[in-house]
Amino acid sequence: MIIVPCPNCGPRNSGDLRPAGEVISRPDPATCSLSEWREYLYMRPNPAGWVTETWYCRGGCRRYFTIERNTATNEIRGQEAS
Amino acid sequence: MTNRLPAQPGEVIDRSTSLSFTWNGKQMTGYEGDTIASAIAANGVDVFGRSMKYHRRRGILTADHWDPNLFLQVGDEPNVRAGSRKLQAGMVVSTQNVWPSLKFDLAASNQLVGRFLSSGFYYKTFMRPQFLWPLYQKILRKFAPGGEIHWETSTHGAYDKRYVHPDVLVAGGGPAGMGAALAAADAGASVLLVEHYTELGGHLRWGDDAQRAKAAELAAACEAHANIEVLVDSTVTGRYDHNWIAVNQRSHATAPERLVKARAGVMVVAAGLIERPYVFAGNDTPGVILAGAARRLINLFSVKPGTKAVVMTANEEGDGAVADLERAGVEIVAVLDARKGESIVAVEGRGRVSKVQVNDGRMLSADTVVTATGWTAPTSLLNMGGDRPVYDPVAARYFSNSLPSNILATGGIAGDGSTAELEAHGRATGELAANRSLRRRHDRVSQTARSGAPTWAKPEEVADSRTPLARNPHPECYRSTTHGMVDFSEDVSSKDLVQASKEGFDSIELMKRYTTVTMGPSQGKLETVNAASVLAEANGVEMADIGTTVWRPPYSPISLGALAGRILEPVRRSALQDWHEAHGSTPLLAGQWVRPDQYGDAMAEAANVRANVGLIDVTPLGKLDLRGADVPKLLELVYVNKWQKLDVGRVRYGAMVAEDGVVSDDGVTGRLGEDHWLMTTTSSGAGAIWEMLEDWLQTAHPEWDVHVTAVTGGLTSINVAGPNSRTLLERLTEGVDLSADAFPYFSVRTGKVAGVSDCIIWRIGFTGELSYEVHVPSGHALHVWETLLETGVDLGCAPFGVEAQRILRLEKGHYIVGQDTDGLSKAPTAGLGGLVKLDKPDTLGLPELKHAYGRDDLPILVGIQTVDGSIVPEEAAQIVDGDQNTILGRITSSRMSPTLGRSICLGQVDPSLSAAGTEITVLMADGRRIKALVQEHHAHFDHEGARQRV
Repeated sequence: MIIVPCPNCGPRNSGDLRPAGEVISRPDPATCSLSEWREYLYMRPNPAGWVTETWYCRGGCRRYFTIERNTATNEIRGQEAS
Repeated sequence: MTNRLPAQPGEVIDRSTSLSFTWNGKQMTGYEGDTIASAIAANGVDVFGRSMKYHRRRGILTADHWDPNLFLQVGDEPNVRAGSRKLQAGMVVSTQNVWPSLKFDLAASNQLVGRFLSSGFYYKTFMRPQFLWPLYQKILRKFAPGGEIHWETSTHGAYDKRYVHPDVLVAGGGPAGMGAALAAADAGASVLLVEHYTELGGHLRWGDDAQRAKAAELAAACEAHANIEVLVDSTVTGRYDHNWIAVNQRSHATAPERLVKARAGVMVVAAGLIERPYVFAGNDTPGVILAGAARRLINLFSVKPGTKAVVMTANEEGDGAVADLERAGVEIVAVLDARKGESIVAVEGRGRVSKVQVNDGRMLSADTVVTATGWTAPTSLLNMGGDRPVYDPVAARYFSNSLPSNILATGGIAGDGSTAELEAHGRATGELAANRSLRRRHDRVSQTARSGAPTWAKPEEVADSRTPLARNPHPECYRSTTHGMVDFSEDVSSKDLVQASKEGFDSIELMKRYTTVTMGPSQGKLETVNAASVLAEANGVEMADIGTTVWRPPYSPISLGALAGRILEPVRRSALQDWHEAHGSTPLLAGQWVRPDQYGDAMAEAANVRANVGLIDVTPLGKLDLRGADVPKLLELVYVNKWQKLDVGRVRYGAMVAEDGVVSDDGVTGRLGEDHWLMTTTSSGAGAIWEMLEDWLQTAHPEWDVHVTAVTGGLTSINVAGPNSRTLLERLTEGVDLSADAFPYFSVRTGKVAGVSDCIIWRIGFTGELSYEVHVPSGHALHVWETLLETGVDLGCAPFGVEAQRILRLEKGHYIVGQDTDGLSKAPTAGLGGLVKLDKPDTLGLPELKHAYGRDDLPILVGIQTVDGSIVPEEAAQIVDGDQNTILGRITSSRMSPTLGRSICLGQVDPSLSAAGTEITVLMADGRRIKALVQEHHAHFDHEGARQRV
């Protein structure tokens, strides 16, 4: 269980939070093509390295925030409140 | 016969306290302080069990926690490690893995058919023919190791868990570990010192007077230090990311075992060294023991390990064993000095060693062989931190290569030294650990916005200036010129490993999986290095080129009870649950909630709702209070339908789909005021929908003025349903006109019910009857519930449970998300066509919704009735193509309807079967194929909704 730094509640066990996945941009649903939409739904870069991802502090302040996490080492940096 | 020696200077047994126990039915006595194994050995027993595959006789090998031959059944507990578990009075101890008895073991004939059980036999035999697998399984179970579990009669009580946050966790309570703990604690760090055995001291415990005195001095200092908590008889079983450390505590006062979950700033690994067996023919014969075993038996437990011993020694431990054996009165037949090239070739003997063949050609007569051929550095915990240890041929063992900054190693795992040198290295390591962990603690507090800034200064960073421990030269003694056992717990010999290499499994990781070497309960502590050396020889390469297997958690196997621990998941109860239970309700566990399933007769409860009036507690319904000017924008985003024009005082049904177009939730949402709404969700979706709303509001639309408050438990929800519901409520409601004109269907009013203010009443109809859902502030819920029942006696008012509600809603054809839909059901399947609005600028899953409504191949949810109305198909029964097995759909809900007197269903069917009147075939669980007809409506009863609109 890694430690995730919540901007409000401080460093917490990841079990206190919920990972909400990599930060991705959402295409305009009114104008995008179906294939663009499916790219958004299912395709993730998922690199072995640094990703920016969203976490939800479900056991604490109930805020969503982003961190940068190295998926290979679980090193964490660059925390930011949403 | 007894092997108990006169009092030894360092013995840990208390001769004034005798403990009686039984061993395979025979009465024996031991002393307080004995391990189970030392007590049995003191009674003259040589053979403790049979080996796993070949069922060879086995005796004491290491006389500690790792002894592969000392897994015993104690009462109803299997696999007790008799080499470390302390004896208790009344224990009923028996052998495992024998059939039918220890002396006459039928499976020992496996030795004769050994070639069928060699490397990879799991993969080569018992494979074909496949239909014999159940038989193989039965036979193999008889031969398999492990004791018996008795869960019906288990008396173990509750296992437990604990969370702890030390600055420094020290794994290992020898001189280095205790030194590290003391230095870290002196520097202000909080320390958790974890020792595998029941006493601190490590290898000093069976050492000389000075070593034992030092151990006692350090242990007393640790016990007395305010910053140190000592856990003995506890094992650090795993290290995970960010120093999340699992400790299996066996010494707890009330729980049989406890899993301690520690988050440590720095972990200091001071695991010491584990003595390796030597590989030669007959090395698993009872009487062949390690030097450490001899010393522990004599010095700690005053047990004489034999009468005539041959000692092979390559180090001080072996030399010390010679002295101890002499003092214990064991005749030393020969001392073979491995440093001079002397070694054992083979031993002979069945129940006990009788002859020893030496490499100079001598054949010696002895009943005991003691070997001291070197060490395994248990680098397990270092591996788990990412380290890949490297073999040093001079010291003949592995050393850590590179460690992350939050793990430090000290003691035997880091090098050699005198007691004073080991303690000094430990102390230096403890100081470094304290520096790093206190800096981390300072950071952690500083990073927590809501806590004040630390009132203490952050220590300056200290460089690692420890003087490294020496690496003393040690001969590389792994295998003699003969083949012998490498893995005692898995019965894997060096011959098996050579064969595996020849078959192409010539990397250590492949060989491990193919032969199962190092995969037994010792987890490589005794076997890994020998296995690597045999493989190096077979491959004709250097040890250093072989590498080692990666040691993963657990360090030592952990009981399932400790992992399960105590289940601390809270159960949610509505304010009325006590009342339900006092009135005969059958509990139903629904997600986190416990609910009344029925009060005795669900069919009668349902009939009463249709005839009179019923009350049901629907509190688990998710309830979200939404406030702000932009709530309609949020609702338009998350629901498939439109919300901008809903008037104050009205409620509307809404369905949700996720971004992939799959139906995710539904419920009724009402507008209580211009900027005040109450949303309801399914019971199971309550938490997820709340989080989903927050996600959109916080990450995508922070500019929207919406505030969400979860009020699921704060409001107790009572549905008053039935033709008499209006009459009943009129008697108790103040300030709300309940007449059909003033309070029409799908409206909401706020008022006083049974004297309770701020009740929200909405008129909806899940049951299909005239009904009102009353949301009462939970503190007054019981009063309202009881008043409704009392006031409605003459109207036939009675409670109904979840089962009756399920019958009623199925009669009305209302689908349940997750029951009648699944993880693939798109909006058209659920029949949401009239609800979905595709002309919105943004709504969840909009492109998927558009796509779904262009398809004609999606399954359709339909009402279904069996031709024979007395048959109720099982939920999830398949709908098939006549007498073929092609699946064309399934029954999603089914019940016997008390109103119609026949069975009714909802089901998903292929679109080709969705037209009303289509005859379909339902395949029942018992194999019957029954006929059923697709209905025109989902509703089996009053599909126009006349009853709910009165």
